[in-house]
Amino acid sequence: MLENGRSHISVRNLSVSYGKLEVLKNVTVDVPDRQITAIIGPSGCGKTTLLNCFNRLIDLKEGVKVSGSVLVDGADIYNDTSVDPTEIRKKMGLLFQKPFPLPMSIYDNIVYGPRLHGSYSRRDLDQMVEKQLKTVGLWEEVKDRLGSPAVRLSAGQQQRLCLARGLAVEPEAILADEPTSALDPVSTQHIERTFNELKKNYTIVLVTHILRQARRVADYIIFIYMGELIEHGPAEAVLNNPREKRTQAYMKGEIS
Amino acid sequence: MAFNRRRTEENIFKVLMIAATATVISTLFVVFIVVLYRGLPALTWAMVTELPRGGYYLGGGGGILNAIVGSLYLALGGTLIALVLALPVALFLQRDYIRNFKLSRAIRLSLDVLWGVPSIVYGVFGFIIMLYLGMRASLLGGIIVLSLLELPIMIRAMDEVIRMVPAELKEISYAMGATRLETVTRVVCRQAFPGIISAMLLAFGRGIGDAASVLFTAGYTDSLPQSLFDPVASLPLAVFFQIGTPFPLVQERAYASAVILLLIVLTLSLVSRFLTNKYNKYIVR
Repeated sequence: MLENGRSHISVRNLSVSYGKLEVLKNVTVDVPDRQITAIIGPSGCGKTTLLNCFNRLIDLKEGVKVSGSVLVDGADIYNDTSVDPTEIRKKMGLLFQKPFPLPMSIYDNIVYGPRLHGSYSRRDLDQMVEKQLKTVGLWEEVKDRLGSPAVRLSAGQQQRLCLARGLAVEPEAILADEPTSALDPVSTQHIERTFNELKKNYTIVLVTHILRQARRVADYIIFIYMGELIEHGPAEAVLNNPREKRTQAYMKGEIS
Repeated sequence: MAFNRRRTEENIFKVLMIAATATVISTLFVVFIVVLYRGLPALTWAMVTELPRGGYYLGGGGGILNAIVGSLYLALGGTLIALVLALPVALFLQRDYIRNFKLSRAIRLSLDVLWGVPSIVYGVFGFIIMLYLGMRASLLGGIIVLSLLELPIMIRAMDEVIRMVPAELKEISYAMGATRLETVTRVVCRQAFPGIISAMLLAFGRGIGDAASVLFTAGYTDSLPQSLFDPVASLPLAVFFQIGTPFPLVQERAYASAVILLLIVLTLSLVSRFLTNKYNKYIVR
């Protein structure tokens, strides 16, 4: 499907419905490995639903029906019964619109994931905390108060902490659902810069309704409109020369 | 004109709300003051450290240590048993486990009905079971019936605070590969901790203050229980028996017993407030 590069997450004929409402209609698309893919489209179009299919978080929603398949590293995470959803989720770091620190200290937030999956010595954990906080550029700001509650950090710091917390599980991909919509411009810039660093090692899927953000960071674009996949391709091509009428209309701000 | 009507409405309702609040608070204060005014003079060191001596209910010497110890045993035991059962039920009621909304609603409704069952019904029910089993009124019987009385209160109070835990917080935990049990014990319980403590306190308060449920099941005695199978006294019944005597001196002691009951509940409130404050700073709002 992809012209160049390997696909990390492959979506095949994916349909999702809540009761009678079909939110995703027969979507087939590939997410390239180690690039930033932006899922764009008007609100309510199914962007978040698609994202939640990648780590089976969609399972937690009420009355939801999923058909078709999603392949992660070649394994069908919906139809292959040997796939454990917790293992799939571990592969995908998740970032929400609003930062949600866990109700514990900064330190405990970072080591929450690792502690679920193995036992580490205090020294290993200390190193892990330092490494991840440095990755997101938070270490200098918080190194003297690792034991204080994570909720005392500013929103921008909290979101960076959430990113570090996700990275501590050593995922393969980062799924971010409008991660900067609750942040100020400086914090937004911080997150975007970190994403650009992280794409060397991680596949990043970014749901955004801000076109300018997609222009700034995305390598690949998936445009969804009313549950349908309208257009996808390298960012340059889709953003500058959209082929589909509906994509063109969205770019011009005619549909939202 | 329209503007004026709305402003008048606003003012009338404001006055009504203030009046309602003032009524409630002042009633509470009157109860407090009457109990303290009549109880404090009779509250002697002997009251809280001695068992009733011969002729205590006729104005003789001694105290109500039997009722204080009995009430603490009963309420702590009942609350402990209720806690062990209530927390799993409250956690199980959440969407993480019961996906069927109708089922969880039915369970909540039955718990609300149980909450409304008068305590004398629990007492009589417990009494019948105990007769059937050949048990006599005892500490154990009282503890079990109190735990039954406290369970619906504790479960529903915990349920309400656990339901307030943001879904995202749980999703974050699941997204890192946590199981339901890990999510519930490490994230949900932490976030809901202050509410869980309040729920325990609410149930404890209901338990320690209840007379009807322990009347038949725990009995009453002037001595301290030596085992779970001995009958045991309780403060609400001590108040009841003393106030029912024709002697003013003993009636004063009934008020003093009520003061002790209030002090126990107050102390526990303060301890729980201290505990929750310690954890409050971690809570995600």
